[in-house]
Amino acid sequence: MVNLIIDGVKVQAEEGTTILEVAKFYGIEIPTLCYNDELTPYGACRLCTVEVDDGRRTRLVASCLYPVKEGIRVKTHTERVIKGRKMILELLIARCPNSKVLQDLASEIGLEQVRFKTENEDCILCGLCVRICAEQMGSGAIGFVGRGQKRDVATPFRMASEICRNCGACMYICPAVNLQCRGVNPPGELCNSCLIITPQCLEKYGQVMCSQNSCGACVEKEKK
Amino acid sequence: MSGDLSEYSKIDNIMKNHSLEESALISILHEIENLYNYLPDWALRHISEKLNISMIQVYGVASFYDAFHLKPRGKHLIRVCKGTACYLRGATQVFEALERELGIKEGETTRDQKFSLQSVHCLGACALAPVVLIGERYFDKTSPTKIRSVLKKV
Amino acid sequence: MKIRTPQELDALRNSLLKQRDPNKPIVRICLGTGCRARGSIDVLKAFNDEIEKHNLKIQIECMQTGCHGFCERGPVVVIGPKEFFYQKVMPQDVAEIVSKTLLNGEVVHRLLYVDPVTGQRAVYEHEVPFYKKQTKPVLANNGRIDPTNILDYIAIGGYQALAKAITTMSCEEIIDTIEKSGLRGLGGGGFPTGRKWRLCRKALGDVKFVIGNGDEGDPGAFSDRSLMEANPHSILEGMIIGAYAIDANQGYLYLRAEYPLALKQLQTAIDQAREYGFLGKNIFNSGFDFGIKINRGGGAFVCGESSALIASIEGKMGEPRAKYIHTVERGLWNKPTNLNNVKTWANVPLIINNGADWYAKIGTAKSKGTGIFSLVGKVNNTGLIEIPMGTPLKQIIYSIGGGIIGSKRFKAVQTGGPSGGCIPEELLHLPVDFEKLTEAGSMLGSGGIIVMDENTCMVDVARYFLDFLQNESCGKCVPCREGIKRMLEIITDITLGKGKEEDLELLQELAETVKDFSLCGLGQTAPNTVLSTLRYFRDEYDAHVRDKKCTAGICKNLIEYFILDGKCTGCGACLNLCPQKAIQGEPKKTHIIDSAKCTRCGICRSACTFEAIMIKSGVD
Repeated sequence: MVNLIIDGVKVQAEEGTTILEVAKFYGIEIPTLCYNDELTPYGACRLCTVEVDDGRRTRLVASCLYPVKEGIRVKTHTERVIKGRKMILELLIARCPNSKVLQDLASEIGLEQVRFKTENEDCILCGLCVRICAEQMGSGAIGFVGRGQKRDVATPFRMASEICRNCGACMYICPAVNLQCRGVNPPGELCNSCLIITPQCLEKYGQVMCSQNSCGACVEKEKK
Repeated sequence: MSGDLSEYSKIDNIMKNHSLEESALISILHEIENLYNYLPDWALRHISEKLNISMIQVYGVASFYDAFHLKPRGKHLIRVCKGTACYLRGATQVFEALERELGIKEGETTRDQKFSLQSVHCLGACALAPVVLIGERYFDKTSPTKIRSVLKKV
Repeated sequence: MKIRTPQELDALRNSLLKQRDPNKPIVRICLGTGCRARGSIDVLKAFNDEIEKHNLKIQIECMQTGCHGFCERGPVVVIGPKEFFYQKVMPQDVAEIVSKTLLNGEVVHRLLYVDPVTGQRAVYEHEVPFYKKQTKPVLANNGRIDPTNILDYIAIGGYQALAKAITTMSCEEIIDTIEKSGLRGLGGGGFPTGRKWRLCRKALGDVKFVIGNGDEGDPGAFSDRSLMEANPHSILEGMIIGAYAIDANQGYLYLRAEYPLALKQLQTAIDQAREYGFLGKNIFNSGFDFGIKINRGGGAFVCGESSALIASIEGKMGEPRAKYIHTVERGLWNKPTNLNNVKTWANVPLIINNGADWYAKIGTAKSKGTGIFSLVGKVNNTGLIEIPMGTPLKQIIYSIGGGIIGSKRFKAVQTGGPSGGCIPEELLHLPVDFEKLTEAGSMLGSGGIIVMDENTCMVDVARYFLDFLQNESCGKCVPCREGIKRMLEIITDITLGKGKEEDLELLQELAETVKDFSLCGLGQTAPNTVLSTLRYFRDEYDAHVRDKKCTAGICKNLIEYFILDGKCTGCGACLNLCPQKAIQGEPKKTHIIDSAKCTRCGICRSACTFEAIMIKSGVD
């Protein structure tokens, strides 16, 4: 067993477990987007980034992939981490503003403005559809094609797939299109129907203190 | 040309020079690209079968790298180096002059299939900047005014 | 014939040296990519023909070599044994060189190098200022051997280090030596090589690999290319020694798709090394087997990153992966893999032969040995240089580079390629080493040193590198893919005159997120050019945003072309060539450019022989 500390709490985990898995086990919430506990972690969205101090230096790592190591001190909600998560969501919403999943995450994290020109894409290239098709459905009918700005999820030759069985798993798991945000008005703006105030503990302690026991003083989610 | 037996055997001959495993994929694709100036669909399907690599992986690799093209190209491939040294010595203006002269844009081919135009990574000949490579021939210290004479030499 | 013992190697070398008369006239012609592009193949042919004509094939040797380094002056020809240095040699010069220099020992003056500043001529190679200030342990033999002939390499002492390592040293001793020398990764990462080897050796696994990274994607850098073309065996020897120390039996050399000549030279070298028993089974009768395969890249800058390179060898897209478990533990096909840049490998035989202390004496406290750089851009002498780590930038640019072309003013020097940053004039005293450049906001990288003058717009430079990186990003992670795109959008707007005050703050914030949150080195270093130019050239950004002014005269939307009355002769050259028909004027009278029609394409300036067409920017 490996001993480590997450947000000040001493925890234990088996070797080979990732920080995200340990955190989830202990009820510590870390936001994710491209992660699904039944698929291999991908590490593309970077939302699950946390700060790790291994005794020699502190660095930012993707918790869905980083294996636990003896004695590391992990912080899941520092100011630096939250700032980065906000920027990542700002970038994603500028690309794909109509996704409820993204808008909800944006509200939870307190994003207040989108300063980039908004587009109207459907896909955030998280790869969940590719992975579920290959790993759970055993098909591998779709995959990533192209590089950088031209990166896309497609079938070979962009033609109707000979191996797709129309199971719908890709549509089911897609965070960008399966739920449209109905609060965005006009399209491109932040929805913010589930608005949050900046946590007071962040200012005082340099990190959000409620990862174990939510005091609820600052977070109010509207149930839709 | 697609899929007739003599073309398939050309691919098979290429594969004879390589081990039939995943790590040979890129080298094999290079040779096919050399042969046809692009990667025909039927050739990619054939390789997927012979190397036992999923079609989506073969297609993904073919679409990821700059050396591979999925559409047919012109007889003379014009490559304008857009490396830093060439850029600082006016490669953009040389490229635009070529676009104007040939009537095509980046990645396109002239209607008579004679020329294809693309900008490429640093060719490693920085002292000759700005460099234009046509086929295997290097043209050094090019400029917008020299374009016409360069094209005539081809 | 297989060489099985150090004694057999010594015997071969001695017999080769006996056959080679050091006083025999020898013509060495550079056939590196730069000189080739200027027709040095024809020069070689001309020499062979001329020597044949005079019936002197036995008396005079004619040899092709790899890159000599001074690409600006190609085609380069060096005539031994006196080492006369001739530059810009054309086939039509050859007859004179043969009759005058080879037959009569006389110099052909017009082919000598003339210093543009002092006017002095250099007769011998060691007199050329470009070479004088360099110390070249690694590149020493680049212009002296025929890369396609292993016997040349053996004659100068090649494979002695391999013999010494395998037959007299233990694996631990070899690794100790490399560690003590202080050799660090010369691909840019600067990770201590000895430590890497040790970690790989300790890693669990029966099958291990070594890889030579010859991907060199930085635009403006060609040090790897030159080394691979000119002295391929030095790289092979290093890899064999390393593989022996780590216990790896298979090696891979990964080459950029764009280096066909390097590919040819390395393959020939591998075939010949195998022939002589330096590769293959039971090397030097030690029981150690090792082979090297060459894998080509497909044209992707990201494949210079070790995990993307490994994915590419595996036949996949060049997507990097998280390296929380290092490649020395799980790399190629999940086996322990030691990856080093080809320059790093080439240093290994030198260190084994000369000892760790010899290497540690060169360079600075933390950056040992020499650095190999391609010096390009607005300097008089562009080419490949090798200097001790710690040499000040100023010395490189002025003493070796010969200063700025056309006596223009120096503005900045860009190091480390797209992952690096721009260094301003006030920091020119900085020594070139891993730590100092990183502190200044740049990095050593793969060894490109790009010099920029007053006519370079630093905002445009940042834009150029972001544009490059946007195309090269693999696209997997959000900060890199989306972040670079948006940084490019903002900076492009600034160069188009659409920049707003808030943009600079947003740019800084975005740059920091991309740097901190990207998955791999490409994304993590992508913001460096933006961050360094914001740090040192903020005034240029402000001028673009506030005053809509580009003082360097580069950003098309912010400049105007106009014709100087005093210089224009009314020749009409520009008028005839202007694609927009924006120039008007009568013969022999000063012409005028209609700014509304002018697209600043640059053709008129290119055509004007009187330097009459000027650029102005901003409201004056």
